[in-house]
Amino acid sequence: MRKKIVATTSLAGCFGCHMSILDIDLRLVDLIELVEFNRSPITDIKKISKRCDIGLIEGGICNDENYHVLKEFRENCEVLVSVGECAIMGGLPALRNNIPIRECFEEAYRNVPTSKSGGGIIPNDDELPIILDRVYPCHELVKIDYFLPGCPPRADLIWETLLALVTSGAELPYELVKYD
Amino acid sequence: MGQKIVIDPVTRVEGHGRVTIHLDDAGNVEDARLHIVEFRGFERMIQGRPYLEVPVIVQRLCGICPVSHHLAGAKAIDCVVGVGPEGLTPTGEKMRRLMHYGQMFQSHALHFFHLASPDLLFGAGASVEKRNVVAVAREYPELAIQGITMRKFGQEIILATAGKKIHGISAVPGGIHKNLSIADRDRFLVGEKDFNINKMVDWSVAIIDFIKNYHKKNSGLMDSFAAFPSNHLSLVNKDGGMDLYHGVLRAVDAEGRKILNDVDYREYVKHIQEETKSWSYMKFPFLNSIGKENGWYRVGPLARLNTVDFIPTPLAQKEFEEFRAYTKGKPNNMSLHTHWARLIELLHSAEKMKELLNDPDLQGNDLIAKGARQREGVGVVEAPRGTLFHHYEVNDDDSVARCNLIVSTTNNNEAMNRAVGHVAKAFLTGVKEITDGLLNHLEVAIRAYDPCLSCATHALGEIPLRVSIYDSNGMLVDEKAT
Ligand code: SF4
Repeated sequence: MRKKIVATTSLAGCFGCHMSILDIDLRLVDLIELVEFNRSPITDIKKISKRCDIGLIEGGICNDENYHVLKEFRENCEVLVSVGECAIMGGLPALRNNIPIRECFEEAYRNVPTSKSGGGIIPNDDELPIILDRVYPCHELVKIDYFLPGCPPRADLIWETLLALVTSGAELPYELVKYD
Repeated sequence: MGQKIVIDPVTRVEGHGRVTIHLDDAGNVEDARLHIVEFRGFERMIQGRPYLEVPVIVQRLCGICPVSHHLAGAKAIDCVVGVGPEGLTPTGEKMRRLMHYGQMFQSHALHFFHLASPDLLFGAGASVEKRNVVAVAREYPELAIQGITMRKFGQEIILATAGKKIHGISAVPGGIHKNLSIADRDRFLVGEKDFNINKMVDWSVAIIDFIKNYHKKNSGLMDSFAAFPSNHLSLVNKDGGMDLYHGVLRAVDAEGRKILNDVDYREYVKHIQEETKSWSYMKFPFLNSIGKENGWYRVGPLARLNTVDFIPTPLAQKEFEEFRAYTKGKPNNMSLHTHWARLIELLHSAEKMKELLNDPDLQGNDLIAKGARQREGVGVVEAPRGTLFHHYEVNDDDSVARCNLIVSTTNNNEAMNRAVGHVAKAFLTGVKEITDGLLNHLEVAIRAYDPCLSCATHALGEIPLRVSIYDSNGMLVDEKAT
């Protein structure tokens, strides 16, 4: 049987969900026998290079670049999974959704006590991606097939989910699918 | 006509970055910039939230070393509840320390095995399919199992002290809300098979031998690659020894002269200011007394080994002496020696955990101290990647009025830019195109600082690298992504 191909990415997330993937510990050695990793911070492959079976998304969408990556994943993955609070609901970054972005910049670059002798510029350059009006959960922008709750979802949940997807059809015990 | 080159991003580094290299009319490197492209706005978002939430919320900036944010936030709030950094109960402080050293241990193990070992084992020139931890697991299974087990040990310590492996909850204003059970303690002291503290110490010693051997064979590369003089800053214990949880701020210059002499970190605003540049969301901190131009400094394992007088655990102290002897007691300014320094800290963390696990105070029941409410608090810890500052002002209704964070990677901002500049100059003299060698070496240079770009801009993502070259008219000459 052909190995299933898995891609993962971190968008507007904290990387904690990827750390939780690593928390499957020694099962990592079994995992690489079961699946082949394509684009992922775990493999250092930076572009999806072939059609993937499973895409895992950490984090929501806070700038145009996040959106392009999310689209790349949707176009190239059979099954797309929102992993964790940020991908599902925006998470901590979405705390800014009720605040004008200007205020966030003003606070970070002008008002903090260590910015007194720093010049008080607000970054603005062609090299910087465009920050969106608010932080979007992934499913508002593309179709998402499954959602894994938790901040981050526990390693056991991630592991069982991958197993279920790889062996297609296995059911996840309800006790496993819970927040934190 | 001058030119500019862009590199976009660096996967095994945690965060989003992009490098641009600007060439002058003669085609020489004029400027090299590491742009940090994520922005969160945490300083504003936290305003109005109850201060009790701080240690729990703030760690969501970074899932790679959440414990550091959890504890720096908690230390700041300790000041707000009038307990101050030194007023915790012995159980409170020691539980937090165990959590912190567990974090240091897992993070340094993660860096070595998952991020650095592929380059060391396969060479920076190996193909992408090979240069990753999956290939390490396949070709060096024993080493991989060791690395995974060490990281797991640190994570389990965090679970036992913080309540969760990632984004724990135990550090509360004025203390900790649980002690360490005897069962947990024994599991770490004796453990099953290799899962015990003595093994962690042994393995740490063995990995230092690995890096020292690697250095012997590759000293040309390790000694010269992105090596440049700089100031170094960290917390040190009041006695001058290494202390990753608490101490005073010390900075030394490239020659080892003290330029910040063991000051109280609660007054950090007097000593440290930050500059903003239009092209990066990450700020550029500098020592106020020296100024923007020359007041920048490095933080992290290399800086710490340059600032401290000694390491207070025997095995790590022995390694420290050898490390110091290599530069004849002067500060070590070689970027790639950070790998060596990091592993000495890995060993120190293992020894510290062992000391703490044997301390009966961890089974104490006096968990939380109380004091008179203050309006402001500053908390600083040495995170795996360097000095981390948290600062909060609190309103009468207990909501956060203001927040300021300077995270480890931000403290290294200028140093990373310098490292990028060094590599660019080495590879682009007389050449105007982006070779794979340039790309790989830029990544290696940035990775030595183990930047966690997510928390630096209070954001994170994977960081593929895109390099672009621009001429002096701003026209794109060449562009390539890894
Ligand atoms: S869900 Fe939690 S762990 Fe995952 S990226 Fe968001 S903050 Fe981090």
